Amino acid sequence: MTPVIEARDLALAFGETPALRGASLSVGAGEVLAIMGPSGSGKSTLLHCLAGILVPDAGEVLFNGQRLDSMSEARRSALRRDQFGFVFQFGQLVPELTAEENVALPLLLNGVRRGAALAQARPWFARLGLDGMENRRSGELSGGQAQRVALARGLVARPQVLFADEPTGALDSLTGEQVMELMVAAAREQGTTVILVTHEPRVAAYADREAIVRDGQARTLSAGPVAP
Amino acid sequence: MVLPMSVPLTLLGLLEREPSHGYDLKRDYDSLFGRGKPLPYGQVYATLGRLARDGKVMAGEAEPGDGPERKRYVITETGATEFETWLRDPVAPEPNLQSVLFTKVVLALMLGRDAEQYLDTQRAAHLRRMRELTELRRGGPLVDALLADHGLFHLEADLRWIDLTVARLDALAAEVRA
Repeated sequence: MTPVIEARDLALAFGETPALRGASLSVGAGEVLAIMGPSGSGKSTLLHCLAGILVPDAGEVLFNGQRLDSMSEARRSALRRDQFGFVFQFGQLVPELTAEENVALPLLLNGVRRGAALAQARPWFARLGLDGMENRRSGELSGGQAQRVALARGLVARPQVLFADEPTGALDSLTGEQVMELMVAAAREQGTTVILVTHEPRVAAYADREAIVRDGQARTLSAGPVAP
Repeated sequence: MVLPMSVPLTLLGLLEREPSHGYDLKRDYDSLFGRGKPLPYGQVYATLGRLARDGKVMAGEAEPGDGPERKRYVITETGATEFETWLRDPVAPEPNLQSVLFTKVVLALMLGRDAEQYLDTQRAAHLRRMRELTELRRGGPLVDALLADHGLFHLEADLRWIDLTVARLDALAAEVRA
């Protein structure tokens, strides 16, 4: 499978504290990959490097074969806006905007006219079971509803890659699983690659494959044959 | 699949719902609890026979008709009480898998093998099974989803144990090899 994103031997330290120590990883087009690992293992740092939010001290990050780590901040920023979508654990919606405006935000930032952006945002409400929530503000949404709005915002611009950092971390089990169900279904439908950081095995079970980060290094696991 | 020891109680539960023929009980059992392992007719009738002998069900007169015996079974007061008690009491937790994993980890450490690699392989096998169960619960009937959830939570508990054990391997190795 052709990799969309590839990390080669990444190293990054925060002051004296090493977060990544030679982490390598490859993610194929349309794949859903779960990155797991204990707290402080470097899994979120790895995700941020893959998304071009952080620049590693050493090693390479490639997006469609292009070096992401050596790009200017302006180019990386444009890439994040045009090609990447993001879903985080919480606090993502702009409280002054309605849910519909929040979903349309990436399109508006990409220069799409307001009417067209809102028209593109609207179908996501029915698709994610949010009918009638279009004009609510974040304070008027439950945790699960807010997360689905954030998910719609992450996918509305049809990004090549969706980065999700503990997207269900603040939700109860049932709501979290609904969000995962919708995320994976929507991403597969539009061919978006998903890179998901989670410490929850039941969330990771929605992925095609998982990598584990320990002590700043990533390992892709293989189950091999299982004894009867 | 329902544990073999639970079959009589499961049949009592089905009879608590309504008096039924053996055939109906088998059909309902297979569709709800069989999970691809249908209950043999012989076991249905042998179980009903024992339940009748013990006064937990009563068999009506044989009804005329083609095919096998057609008797309608009715749950008795004794049977209903036993069923209620079983339903109310929690099932004893059975940490059987952990004991296997534990034995392997200790032996691996004792013999100087790569216990982390073993646990990672086990972890991947667990996650593969979790993916299968996640797929099973998607779009299927709610009874399947509930069973899959039960399996998922148990596997998740094992995985938490695996993670904790990996974090403690060095200390554990020192203790085991001492």
